[in-house]
Amino acid sequence: MTRELWKGNEALAEAAIRAGVDAFFGYPITPQTELLEYMARRMPELGRTFLQAESEIAAINMVYGAACTGVRAMTSSSSPGISLMQEGFSYIAGSEAPCVVVDIMRGGPGLGNIQPGQADYFQITRSAGHGDFHPLVLAPATVQEAVDLAYISFDLAFRYRTLVLLAGDGALGQMMEPVEMPPMRTPDATQPDWALTGAKGRPPRTITSLYLDADELASVNARLQEKLKTIAAAEQRWECFMTDDADLLVVAFGTVARIAKSAVRAARAAGVRAGLFRPISLWPYPAPVLDGLVDQVQGVLVAEMNAGQMLEDVRAIVRGRTPIRFLGRTGGVIPMPDEITNELTHMTRVNHRTNGAGMKRDVE
Amino acid sequence: METSIIISGFGGQGALFAGQLLAYAAMESGKEVTWIPSYGPEMRGGTAHCTVVIGDEPVGSPLVRNPDCVVAMNLPSVDKYEPLLKTQGRLIYDSTLVRRSLRRTDIAGVAIPAHDIATRCGSQRLVNVAMLGALLTLCPLVDLAAVEQALHTHLPARHAALLRPNIVALHAGAAYVKALAETQITARG
Repeated sequence: MTRELWKGNEALAEAAIRAGVDAFFGYPITPQTELLEYMARRMPELGRTFLQAESEIAAINMVYGAACTGVRAMTSSSSPGISLMQEGFSYIAGSEAPCVVVDIMRGGPGLGNIQPGQADYFQITRSAGHGDFHPLVLAPATVQEAVDLAYISFDLAFRYRTLVLLAGDGALGQMMEPVEMPPMRTPDATQPDWALTGAKGRPPRTITSLYLDADELASVNARLQEKLKTIAAAEQRWECFMTDDADLLVVAFGTVARIAKSAVRAARAAGVRAGLFRPISLWPYPAPVLDGLVDQVQGVLVAEMNAGQMLEDVRAIVRGRTPIRFLGRTGGVIPMPDEITNELTHMTRVNHRTNGAGMKRDVE
Repeated sequence: METSIIISGFGGQGALFAGQLLAYAAMESGKEVTWIPSYGPEMRGGTAHCTVVIGDEPVGSPLVRNPDCVVAMNLPSVDKYEPLLKTQGRLIYDSTLVRRSLRRTDIAGVAIPAHDIATRCGSQRLVNVAMLGALLTLCPLVDLAAVEQALHTHLPARHAALLRPNIVALHAGAAYVKALAETQITARG
């Protein structure tokens, strides 16, 4: 297969096209806009639907409506736009409408800025809207991985009738890297047995998230929770990098994880046996694998472009068995490899817990 | 083995495109590569820069604090990156626009009259490619032929008339550095 240089945002769009996306609805926002622009050009060429909505709220509701008819529907945005879509996410979860959403995260809160961020972690992994649910959240670290995950995202969405959220950041969206694109798939023509396709010749179907009877809604929730358990068991994804003999473990996702890879290599060159645990699925979190690594290491360093969000998941898994140190960058500032290496070196020097200042701190 | 290059200039000088050409050429030469731009408000006329990392293994961090090579197309770029270069790093700058001498003595600085070279090749807009030619002569990361191929493939159709001048400028930048190196060898000998 040939390697081509692709920009993250455009690669995500092309991968979704090759995966058979039927309809894209979106509203522009930096640093994600190239994805929408690419769709605007390519989808009509292929006779598929592209529509620029009047807002993110409209876009996600168009996705909701299209998904209810059984087509592969998708949108993409960046943090402030994702906040606007949350009501739609919740309705989609309650209705079990399969769809794919891309979040190219930027600095927040509020309008924040257009630089890379990872501070949507709580928002997208915990529920992404009101009510009890989790989207299936996948966080690629390279452009190739973004392509590979986008390519399977509709399969996952339809298998579980769930919202699949691809979580990248401004760096992933804007950077270029060699990619091997997967082949164009012929979309499956068979319609799901729940899709609203006009009731001609069959009894009508209903897709709703409204259940006025408490017992009925409770049983719907019980079914949703069972489904989440199935997803949690089957869809954990992760990468272990140089963890076999590691004394210190970096835990990071997305862009920070690939920066941490450089830091781990540099630390190794300096005689520090470091390794990296990289969750690829942020929900479900690959907790058992991390749990297994904790007993072998003398410390864990959590690095994120936020003030300590995934940190809470890691703390719940580590349960005080080993010291945790945290390196956070906010506001769109990207940590450099040497900052992570320095933290690792620091951890080899201190065997007692200190109170670090600001975003660098020993957690427990 | 990884080599990091930052190309920096005013918005519109083509720093980002020069970096893309380098990235395409590296990929076509079988290397691993990342290209990442500054994409903030700089794009609207301030300074713009991109970081290219070329290696034999898949690239970890696409960003570096201390680059191996810097191509500085204006004074603010020299001011910003001269202090950040690695020891023994290489700084190529446009001596037409940058009138001050370098402060560090532990780096290899090469002054290129890139504006003059570009103008001779037909257009001031060729500064970026002339400096890329110079960089690749100083640090042979990829063959100039691979950059030529990248120009053929990726120069936007609306600039088709600039294809030949771009190739000429690429080689003119390279030739300037070669001549400079030969002069120094002669001077030393």
